[in-house]
Amino acid sequence: MQKPLISLKNVKKYFPVGSGLFGKRDRWVKAVDGVSLDIYPGETVGLVGESGCGKSTIGRMVVGLTNPTEGEIYFEDIKLTDYRSKKKLGKNLQMIFQDPYSSLNPRMTIADIIQEPLVLHKIGTKKERRKRVDELLERVGLASHYGGRYPNQFSGGQRQRIGIARALVLEPKLIVCDEPVSALDVSIQAQILNLLKEIQEDMGLSYLFIAHGIQAIKHISDKVAVMYLGKMAEFAKTEELFNNPRHPYTKALLSAVPEPDPKLRNRERILLKGDLPSPSNPPMGCRFHTRCPMAMEKCKEMEPRLLSTSEQSMTACLLYKDKIAT
Amino acid sequence: MTSKEEWPLLEVKNLHASISTTKGNIIPVNSISYSIKPGEIVALVGESGSGKSVSALSIMRLNAPEIKYKSGSVINYKGKNLLELKEKEMRRLRGNEISMIFQDPMFSLNPVHRIGKQIAETVKLHRKVTPKEAKDIVLDLLKKVGIPDPERRMSNYPHQLSGGMRQRVMIAMALACQPTLLIADEPTTALDVTIQAQILTLIRNLQEETGISVLLITHDLGVVAEIADRVLVMYCGKIVEEGTVDELFENPLHPYTKGLMASVPELSEHSKRRLETIPGSVPNPLELPKGCNFCDRCPYASEECGEKEPVLTKASAESDRQVACWYPLGKKGEINHYAKTSNFS
Repeated sequence: MQKPLISLKNVKKYFPVGSGLFGKRDRWVKAVDGVSLDIYPGETVGLVGESGCGKSTIGRMVVGLTNPTEGEIYFEDIKLTDYRSKKKLGKNLQMIFQDPYSSLNPRMTIADIIQEPLVLHKIGTKKERRKRVDELLERVGLASHYGGRYPNQFSGGQRQRIGIARALVLEPKLIVCDEPVSALDVSIQAQILNLLKEIQEDMGLSYLFIAHGIQAIKHISDKVAVMYLGKMAEFAKTEELFNNPRHPYTKALLSAVPEPDPKLRNRERILLKGDLPSPSNPPMGCRFHTRCPMAMEKCKEMEPRLLSTSEQSMTACLLYKDKIAT
Repeated sequence: MTSKEEWPLLEVKNLHASISTTKGNIIPVNSISYSIKPGEIVALVGESGSGKSVSALSIMRLNAPEIKYKSGSVINYKGKNLLELKEKEMRRLRGNEISMIFQDPMFSLNPVHRIGKQIAETVKLHRKVTPKEAKDIVLDLLKKVGIPDPERRMSNYPHQLSGGMRQRVMIAMALACQPTLLIADEPTTALDVTIQAQILTLIRNLQEETGISVLLITHDLGVVAEIADRVLVMYCGKIVEEGTVDELFENPLHPYTKGLMASVPELSEHSKRRLETIPGSVPNPLELPKGCNFCDRCPYASEECGEKEPVLTKASAESDRQVACWYPLGKKGEINHYAKTSNFS
């Protein structure tokens, strides 16, 4: 059996809110509250959810930008927690950020931005690095003579391409894409999604693709994890999730997406009541029960576990029973 | 144009706005004309820099003073040219007959005043009411926009509300004086999908109840298909296509409209095809291509497109559809050479 490239084991991340007397931390936002996830080589896992569901925090923990409060992250069976392992493994894990304007240093040339990871890891001579930059610029669809320019000379889509080139320079095995297209114009989004796919086919790397845009997630992912308030609501193969969503939240999320077809305007839709509860004070029991159209009495008390509902899907909902006995 | 119903509520004619910079003139809105009928939801669609916000802000006369209108620009609202009104008269219209909601409700609400007071302010400004009456009106509005427990929420500050709630408060404020035209500038872009669906349904329902006209500015074709009656597609400061929502999605005539639709991955489709894209990016407003502004990104462009600029003309005799293209697309999305010859003559 294939081994996972990266494996999250019951990972939790709590952030302190304010402080009590003598700086004692007494209230916490449970941004991520017990998530387990495996990503295999060459696959794309999409992470979808609304603001505050903890999807970006997971991405940041995977690349080591923050440490989990509890739980472990393994990269090819090596635990990713201490400084030494991070330094050694860090080059396998790269990230692409949402905002292509603030994620590039305006005072560095494009070539310097792209080769900075090589310099930090002391790879190659000056000439070799320069050659690598030229290759990458062309790989992401920019002319190699752009290397001497500064970020402000590029449009949003071009900047995102530069960010991708920077993420690729160390030949990572996994790239965390944190909302890589949501800041871009519609016509540019498709270009970037296509580019990410091509690169994956060429280099065989894995993506953790974080987005709130469900169309993009569906287009690029092999598997999709739906998050709600720090917990995973459903995890399934992409086709299974979209053809046969099980969790009531997934169903509502899918039906809320505006379809670009006026004929579908009067389709039956699940309209959720109310707002997202605050992650600092999530509801007891199932976190979705306050907005769930199918909520039962027991949902208020019992917290559902993530169970296999079919061979290709897992759902955390009390409506379902474990189909595959473990 | 016979019955009163058919009279346009708002008529924009040759609206031309420019900003002069040290590097040259930028024309965010280049001689556009359109109209909004009573009770209609019109969507203005375009990418960033297409001029959709500037053209909408012109109606409210809220554009930065650097933006100059060319003489001959007309925005007729109930027969009055808004661009020629005195500031005092304009203030009487703003928020009373024409009101606006913005993308980010956090920045459009005053953080140091309770929301009840903020909504009441609009009411008191335009109508003679006692404080008690104003309070009742506010309560009523908050109920109408679906805010639970309005009595308590009235005394909340904006930061105590979620994004969706704040947008509801903005809508309540915009509707406070029963306006006839509501301008909604990307009203759901900052919101989560499930909240977006709630707000869109709210706008649609309020429109049906009150018969208000809505000008909706958005870049999201999904939102357009969900709510609009008629669509105007903008590119580089010009309207390139106009049609009813059904016609436009059924059969886009302009290659840009078609490109926009193809670059959105659909939820209902199964194949993992490569997305069709529009090559390149929106041109720099200081260096617009000659001829048709879309010609260097257009797969169907010919040499003529780079020389002569197409104007917005009727696409067929039967309908009101308009398109600004030398080679409008046919029924199956192919170039219609037949149309080309008639357009040039």
